[in-house]
Amino acid sequence: MNDLSLTVTILRFGFLILMWIMVFSVVAAMRRDLVIGRKAKVGAPTARQARRHPELVDEPAPSKAHARELVVTEGPLAGTTLELSGTPILLGRAQEATLVLEDDYASGRHARLFPQGTRWFIEDLGSTNGTYLGGTQLTRALPVELGVPVRIGKTVIELRP
Amino acid sequence: MSQLLTVAKPRRNIELLLLVLAIGMGVMANALVNLNLGRTFDNDFYTQAAVLAGLSLAVHITLRFRAKYADPVILPVVVALNGLGLAVIHRLDIVTGDTAGQRQWLWTGLAVAAAIAVLWLLKDHRILRRFTYISLVLSVFLLLLPLVPGISAGDVNGATVWIKLGPFTFQPGEIAKITLATFFAGYLSSNRDLILLAGKKIGRLQLPRSRDLGPMVVAWIASVGVLVFQHDLGTSILFFGLFMVMIYVATSRISWVLIGLVLMAVGGFAAYKIFPHVTRRIDTWIHALDPQVIGATGGSGQVVEGLFGMANGGLMGTGLGEGSPDSVPLANSDMIIASIGEELGLVGLFAVVCLYALFIARGFRAALGTRDSFGKLLAVGLAFAFALQCFVIIGGVTRLIPLTGLTTPFLAAGGSSLLANWIIVALLLKISDAARRPTEPAVKPDDKPRKEVHAS
Repeated sequence: MNDLSLTVTILRFGFLILMWIMVFSVVAAMRRDLVIGRKAKVGAPTARQARRHPELVDEPAPSKAHARELVVTEGPLAGTTLELSGTPILLGRAQEATLVLEDDYASGRHARLFPQGTRWFIEDLGSTNGTYLGGTQLTRALPVELGVPVRIGKTVIELRP
Repeated sequence: MSQLLTVAKPRRNIELLLLVLAIGMGVMANALVNLNLGRTFDNDFYTQAAVLAGLSLAVHITLRFRAKYADPVILPVVVALNGLGLAVIHRLDIVTGDTAGQRQWLWTGLAVAAAIAVLWLLKDHRILRRFTYISLVLSVFLLLLPLVPGISAGDVNGATVWIKLGPFTFQPGEIAKITLATFFAGYLSSNRDLILLAGKKIGRLQLPRSRDLGPMVVAWIASVGVLVFQHDLGTSILFFGLFMVMIYVATSRISWVLIGLVLMAVGGFAAYKIFPHVTRRIDTWIHALDPQVIGATGGSGQVVEGLFGMANGGLMGTGLGEGSPDSVPLANSDMIIASIGEELGLVGLFAVVCLYALFIARGFRAALGTRDSFGKLLAVGLAFAFALQCFVIIGGVTRLIPLTGLTTPFLAAGGSSLLANWIIVALLLKISDAARRPTEPAVKPDDKPRKEVHAS
């Protein structure tokens, strides 16, 4: 009888401990996510991923001077950041755009941002209200330097290292 | 020239690990109940453990196929809460001879099936945006259902919120929570600029135009309507709070919140003066410990019994099956938090509250990460509705605020609430999948064909 009540007591506290183990494991699992931004979303390919997809490591990571992210500085989406992954980015209100601008002054397929060599270029896709690079309206594709504002409707975006 | 340089992590294996822990928690709770109440470990116990594991793994496998990048901690947290709820309901059934536990198992199965269906069928949460106005009509329809004679279950515990279809009773208001959040998200994400730009400025406050107030008034009428015709204070607070938070998130204008609070204060004061059931609720809250209020019918006896129970549990609790939570009326639904507080103590109750907080935080995290404003608003709305519901019911049971009849998500006995909350889980998982998925390249016909690397 005494043995049983001892077991029951141990199990009783054991369950409380289990509940808290659950809570702390969840917190530990999401620890990596608490940093909002680049580190949280993507990581360097692990050894296993590199073995499976050798093309991941073939291309060396761009040096520090390269644009690594796109930041929306003004407009309805202000504060949004987008990783630049080396593929072209479509900007506009259309749902298929990479960055869907919730901006009444932007066209459906407004502009395209694409990498060429080590630089990023912006090209207007025949939008109604035009795309402005550092204050001048785009007439052809032009390179975008780091920190130069690009205005689309009421939205302003910038490239950041 | 271009390749995806990054590999986003699906993290499904971590989910599986946490899921094993969560299932273990549910099974251990059930085992403790059987042990302490002198039940044998019969087939039922093993069947239930297998069903709980099977259901959770079914969702997990669905996620592996349909939403690989979904948040890894949402599902384990929900399974842990649901498993604990089932064990506590089972424990109360043993003493009271009720069959709520079996019904709860049935509904859990149904709810999980519904969540899996949502995960399979809904390819992208943005599709829901097309149903903005259909959602509004559906919400109104669902809210009116309990008033329709014939299928109305009438006045149950003072509120007319149930419908009766054959042997089943259902609370359509729970589902309306989701459809209303969808409507608000769709409406606000397309009309946000109009609401933001137009309007007079008084000092630092920018007031909205009167016609932009339209949906706000609709929300107010809906919540007041629920209060007047269905006598359901909790749901009324839930809907109005949901709308206020969503409009604040959409516009980041504090003026909306101020207008909302003023409307709520006026409505609340009027309700206190006009409706006897609201007056009674507030009076029994303030004078809960007066002897004549405790003993009165519809008095504070329920809350006070719950408080005594939790005091009896103390810091560590009496242990599952060793307290007497059954002496509280509605111990397995409205007052389940008091039952948990008594048998698992403050330590256990705080673990439950932590699990709720983690779930809500993950909902907000999904909203932060996703890139479309509809998804952001929907995730915020659903997570906030969940948070408000937890606050209103746990606050009510612990006598922080007047007790109103909202369900305790995932724990309380009640099928409609389980169903609605599992659908919310599915939607949040889907939105978090969109948020964490690596950005896909824009497909352009004039691009050179390029080698694409799919993340493993």
